[in-house]
Amino acid sequence: MGLLSFFKKIEPDKKKSPLLHTLYDGFFTFAFAPNSVTKGGVHIRDGMDLKRTMVHVVIAMQLCYLFGTYNIGHQHFVALGQYTGFVEAIHLKLAFGLIQMLPIFVVTHVVGLGIEFWYAAKKGHAIEEGFLVSGALIPLIMPPDIPLWILAISVAFAVWIGKEAFGGTGMNILNIALLARVFVFFAYPTTISGDEVWIAGLERNADDVFAASYGWFHTSFFDGIFSWFNLSTFGQTAQMAVVDGYSGATPLGIAAKAGWDGVLEQYSIGQMFWGTIPGSIGESCKPAILIGAAFLLVTGIASWRIMLSMLLGGLTMGLILNAWGANGFMEVPWLYQFYMGSFLFAMVFMATDPVTASSTNTGKWIYGFMIGFVGMIVRVLNPAYPEGWMLAILFMNVFAPLIDHYVLQANINRRLARAKVKSA
Amino acid sequence: MKNGINKITFLIFFLTTSLAASAQNSGGESSNYFVITLVVVAALILITVILQVSDNLLRIEAKQIGVERKGVNYSIFPKANEIAREKLPRHTANHPVTVLKKGHNILLEGQIDDTTVHEAQVNTFAIQPKNFIGMSPIPKMVVEVGENVKAGDVLFFDKKRPEVKYVAPVSGEVIAVNRGEKRSIAEIVILKDKEISYRDLSSFDLEGSSREELVNYLLETGAWTVIRQRPYDVVADPQDTPKNIFISTFDTAPLAPDGNVVVAGRESAFQKGLDVLNKLTEGEIFLGIDAKDESPSKAFMEASGVTTRLFSGPHPAGNVGVQIHHTDPINAGDKVWVLGVQDVITLGAVFSEGRYNAERVVALTGGELNTAKYVRTYQGANIKDILADNITEDNTRIISGDVLSGKVKTTEGFLNFFDDQLTVIKEGNYHELFGWLLPIRPRPSVSNTFPNFLYPDLRFEADTNTHGEKRAFVVTGQYEKVLPMDIYVQHLMKSILMNDFERMEGLGIYELSEEDVALCEFVCTSKQPLQSILREGLDVMREQG
Repeated sequence: MGLLSFFKKIEPDKKKSPLLHTLYDGFFTFAFAPNSVTKGGVHIRDGMDLKRTMVHVVIAMQLCYLFGTYNIGHQHFVALGQYTGFVEAIHLKLAFGLIQMLPIFVVTHVVGLGIEFWYAAKKGHAIEEGFLVSGALIPLIMPPDIPLWILAISVAFAVWIGKEAFGGTGMNILNIALLARVFVFFAYPTTISGDEVWIAGLERNADDVFAASYGWFHTSFFDGIFSWFNLSTFGQTAQMAVVDGYSGATPLGIAAKAGWDGVLEQYSIGQMFWGTIPGSIGESCKPAILIGAAFLLVTGIASWRIMLSMLLGGLTMGLILNAWGANGFMEVPWLYQFYMGSFLFAMVFMATDPVTASSTNTGKWIYGFMIGFVGMIVRVLNPAYPEGWMLAILFMNVFAPLIDHYVLQANINRRLARAKVKSA
Repeated sequence: MKNGINKITFLIFFLTTSLAASAQNSGGESSNYFVITLVVVAALILITVILQVSDNLLRIEAKQIGVERKGVNYSIFPKANEIAREKLPRHTANHPVTVLKKGHNILLEGQIDDTTVHEAQVNTFAIQPKNFIGMSPIPKMVVEVGENVKAGDVLFFDKKRPEVKYVAPVSGEVIAVNRGEKRSIAEIVILKDKEISYRDLSSFDLEGSSREELVNYLLETGAWTVIRQRPYDVVADPQDTPKNIFISTFDTAPLAPDGNVVVAGRESAFQKGLDVLNKLTEGEIFLGIDAKDESPSKAFMEASGVTTRLFSGPHPAGNVGVQIHHTDPINAGDKVWVLGVQDVITLGAVFSEGRYNAERVVALTGGELNTAKYVRTYQGANIKDILADNITEDNTRIISGDVLSGKVKTTEGFLNFFDDQLTVIKEGNYHELFGWLLPIRPRPSVSNTFPNFLYPDLRFEADTNTHGEKRAFVVTGQYEKVLPMDIYVQHLMKSILMNDFERMEGLGIYELSEEDVALCEFVCTSKQPLQSILREGLDVMREQG
């Protein structure tokens, strides 16, 4: 165990430098499962712990990351009218996506984990794993073009006010990742809504037309590598203007204005399913999300009750809206409501967060159903912003304790009723 | 409730059909699609409604002709456990079986293959006042160090309840009174005689005497101490008359002893004990029997004066607390008594043999033993003696009881009063590289993130490693998956931590004992100490009265 003794040797002093020790402890327990043994109570413990739980959620997201990275690049080139095929110039798309994605990922973790580490050191407890999942989720629900400073502020807000102020992992009332997004949504609405935010790497040029704009990494670093292999390079599309009539609107944006027929004019159902459409980074590819969902359900980490009831809730409201049919958006067949926007992503990764969801099984049914129901209302009946899951989930996060209260009260009443029958 | 649901289904049905009618007028491509969906939904709802109505009629009919019985399903919808009914042995044919689905059997190495009971050479025995919950730390001693006692002689009593006498399990010399923290009495050690001599008990006429005389006789002979009361798991109060008495004849805890082996040869004493208990309660005596057992002992199946209840399911189906919950649950203010099989035998032996016979069959189990086996000894046997040279390695943990709810012991220690099992497993004081992500050794778990579900019969070599650090409650619903009771364990635990008495009572703290939440504690992702939290809550409630 050379590695173990090396780790033991470099352990900093806890009293002298608490922050350093917390940091060390975080990495040490990451590398080695601790040698602590049971004391009092049970003598053997299940192999499952919070680290393992969290990391399995992160694993479930990996396909979304992969596709998200690709799609950032793909959408960029589609806007320019270049390489519109799925595998055409895939190296350019992935490189472009990576250049966009990595800073978002790094900034999220530096800010989020930084605050977590600082609080752990201050309060003298071990670093908790909550941010493993939140930190992996936040990049996926941001638009690809998000300015990094806005991202940093929103993550800081979410972790600080949303979590640490309530007492850390397991104590928060609102979903951290969604709190970060909702912060951007209300504080900097133009960076997260409208038709112009979903495509990265475009800037207005002198003629007031959007055109491709690249940095050093594109034109020097990656182009250097690609030209060596004789592949197409970023230089070929630099300063190229977007195609005439290209809007960059998401299917939902179109549906809100022009209904389902309008959507079908621009995107095919296949495109919406496979995810080659503009949108937040991780939410567009439905198969990737469904594979993640299957993984979470088989391992038993996410609650199938919430997923199923949210699906039913969305379906019910979808049907009602179809029946109402007052405008084009309402007439979108309910099934295709699930193809557009981030319904599935919210269902699989957001609503199932055990801390902020209802904690009783009965409560989970109500909680999930209401998210589906309310979310669809917000999406369709909202004049400004055609998406509802973020707001619906945060809304139901607030209501989850109330739902639980009534479920528990029912349990208490059952017990009282039982006693009365016996004594009567 | 049921009626309300029906009304709502009707309402939805009418609404949707009328909507479907109105939608037909609008026309167009997408509304066609919509209409088809609606028609399908409407048809489904119609079928459901018809089924619901006929189901209700059937239930009403059953109630009216008075054939309704607990555990029998008269609905046209089969219950989940009827669809996936396991093949149960033939002896269950005429009994309703309570099928419990929730729970988990932890399979460990070191089970007993050979059911012969060996004689153990044990020299010292001890009674430990701490085994009796709620006793004052320094009970009043009746004997002194150096005195000779017979089996059944009074050793000490609790000053708070002087009528309950605690007696010696064997005859011999009192060689030590070991003190624990704050001079509390930890152990009263007796060096056993070669041949045990028993204190003569005056014969007692069970038929002819009153309940009060019987209680006094039991108190005097020391046999009273084997009766425990739920809630709180304390020695029963002589002033009380219990609502019911519960006896579980099987233990589903990991590596637990088999009730059939324990009772073999002592059947008549067991039945005598049941007869005695029958005089003590106006309620019933419920005998919980394992429905999966191919051939349960006749002492259990043919016991007279009791109501037998069959339970089928994984651990904790054998816990008496779970059986109470599914038979006649404990409400606020209720008191029920519980006994183990060997406790009943000791109680019966006072009458059938005329002596306090503290003989115990103890299961020596666990992966660190050379041979796992049954031994015959007495209450409170010394662990070093009972293990002899049976341990393989040094770095082990010796547990009086099972791995879930037992107590840590050293080789110098003694088995606890109510325990009939000794488990020895490995200590888990090692670091494991990426142990949380890529575990190298197989380990017991209920989580499907481990491939354990592919090997349902694999026995694990468990150790005491915590496999992670303590965290706040995060994952929800995992306790409910392994506890077949209508109790929200996590919320109950939180109410205990917040000291909210009303909520504790409302959420059912009276129905639980440490052993019932032990499996919840095992599965806990956040590594929370549920048993000690529960005990804190029970202590608070007991002191509040």
